[in-house]
Amino acid sequence: MSLRNYFHSMEPHFEKGGKYEKYYPIFEMVETIFFTSNTVTKAAPHARSFVDMKRVMTYVVISTIPCVLWALYNTGLQTNSALATLGIEAQSGWRISLLQFIGLGISPESLVSNIFHGLLYFLPIYLTTLIAGGICEVTFATIRGHEVNEGFLVSSMLFALTLPASTPLWQVALGIAFGVVVGKEVFGGTGKNFLNPALTGRAFLYFAYPAYMSGDSIWTPVDGYSGATSLGIAAAEGYESLSNYGITWADAFFGTIQGSLGETSTLACAIGLVFLLLTKIANYRMVVGCLLGMIIFSSFLNWVGSDTNPMFSMPWYWHLVIGSYAFGLVFMVTEPVSGSHTNLGRYIYGALIGFMVVMIRVLNPAFPEGMMLAILFGNIFAPLIDHFVVMANIKRRTKFNVQTQ
Amino acid sequence: MSQTRKQLLTDPLVDNNPITLQVLGICSALAVTSSLNVAFVMSLAVIAVCGFSSLFISFLRHYIPNSIRIIVQMVIIASLVILVDQIIKAYAYEISKTLSVFVGLIITNCIVMGRAEAFAMKNKPFESFVDGVGNGLGYSLLLMSVGVVRELFGSGSLFGIMIFEPVSNGGWYVPNGLLLLPPSAFFIIGFIIWGVRTWKKSQVEAREYKIQTLEEH
Repeated sequence: MSLRNYFHSMEPHFEKGGKYEKYYPIFEMVETIFFTSNTVTKAAPHARSFVDMKRVMTYVVISTIPCVLWALYNTGLQTNSALATLGIEAQSGWRISLLQFIGLGISPESLVSNIFHGLLYFLPIYLTTLIAGGICEVTFATIRGHEVNEGFLVSSMLFALTLPASTPLWQVALGIAFGVVVGKEVFGGTGKNFLNPALTGRAFLYFAYPAYMSGDSIWTPVDGYSGATSLGIAAAEGYESLSNYGITWADAFFGTIQGSLGETSTLACAIGLVFLLLTKIANYRMVVGCLLGMIIFSSFLNWVGSDTNPMFSMPWYWHLVIGSYAFGLVFMVTEPVSGSHTNLGRYIYGALIGFMVVMIRVLNPAFPEGMMLAILFGNIFAPLIDHFVVMANIKRRTKFNVQTQ
Repeated sequence: MSQTRKQLLTDPLVDNNPITLQVLGICSALAVTSSLNVAFVMSLAVIAVCGFSSLFISFLRHYIPNSIRIIVQMVIIASLVILVDQIIKAYAYEISKTLSVFVGLIITNCIVMGRAEAFAMKNKPFESFVDGVGNGLGYSLLLMSVGVVRELFGSGSLFGIMIFEPVSNGGWYVPNGLLLLPPSAFFIIGFIIWGVRTWKKSQVEAREYKIQTLEEH
């Protein structure tokens, strides 16, 4: 019996009145992994396109591939380099034993060893995200009777990429559960979330367990090794002193620096962005707005200057490459559901985020990184921005009508 | 106690809780719930103020001119709050420092004002007193529930007694710092409201809109 027929024979059991009626969402989830859904839109508006939600979400996952690959390589590179610096006594743990056992070793010069070592950190985090988030998602889908959505795959991938490699797995599970439930499901599921679910979970962890989410010793998962992020160094000593730590602009652009798993490489994010823009999944207006907001405000702060705060003098091209600006810009700002929905609103929404990032990074002494909070801030304002854009349009049209009477 | 008086006392606990159903008095619930000791003293203060203000306002209800009733109610409530504040300062000085302005802010607590305006102005003194105490208890119940979650998971203790030994003391529990921040009370109150409305379906509000499907045309 072919797979198609098998699903057809199973379907009546899961439909209304069937034995497993309750579990229809799970059946639907498994079926649509293999086959295109054969249901059509019933409610207005009747937007018809071959690009359905599944394809949109799949494209976003594909666009993260460069970041994932780089995350594997860079995590391994940073870990192996740290181990090389600390010497033989730091070399314990199951990952190192496994690497030694299969003969890859832990040399930072070996590409394969780096990637494999990174994989041993990325994979547990990603699998935990999938399992914990998946349980929440499927539970809600079953109780509420909505379909399990592919958006979950995007959220879990992005969530995993925003975490430091040393995050304990129970925190990963707690974070994604909070993100999926509070960030999305309580508001009705995919398409009704006003916050970005991945970032909601990340923000939860950031405030709940600050010792595991910020500081100098968490970015490289080696005990006793301390490596500040470029933003941390820039905030403390000014961006010029990054070169004292051996970090050039090109390093930051390619991503051989400390940071959360997926955020370090601006280049990898840029490849993802090109893909998202070409497939029209991401709206270019948000990207343009966010870039302009950041460039204009950071240039303004350069011009203002400050004797006590070295962050004032950091030029925009450094803001772009260090911290999570690029990652957030490509995968979070462009998220269509939680962003603005009007074209003018998208520019304003992007600019607001760009402005807030620089604001938090430079003027707020409490947080060296501002992208996460800036995007969540933008998310909250997005409906308001839309409201005023729509109102302005109504006002303009009304004026037009008065003249013709 | 008659059936109705008993209802006056027990209804505000779950069925007509001032916080979860009427969504009043949220402000202090956010501020004073990070430790149970503080939440407990605050609860006692609100029960006392709410009960006695209803009692006195009900005594005076026929003599309060309608046009200035809010001012008269405020005077009574404010006097009681000052009294309570002084007592707390005298007998629980440490806690009064943590509570700081929030005891004073009971004056503006919507629950106290709401009961005075909605119930005590129209009912006999004893019923009003029971109603005030009942609403104070409803407020306290929620405050304590939120406090249990926040203190237990935020610092690993209950009433200051260590339950989960935190990592910083050589234990195993990693305290959740978010729960010590006031916004976390929003989440917890939200979750409690969610739970209560799943349990008591009659509290669920009607939908404001519904997405139309083709079959309904």
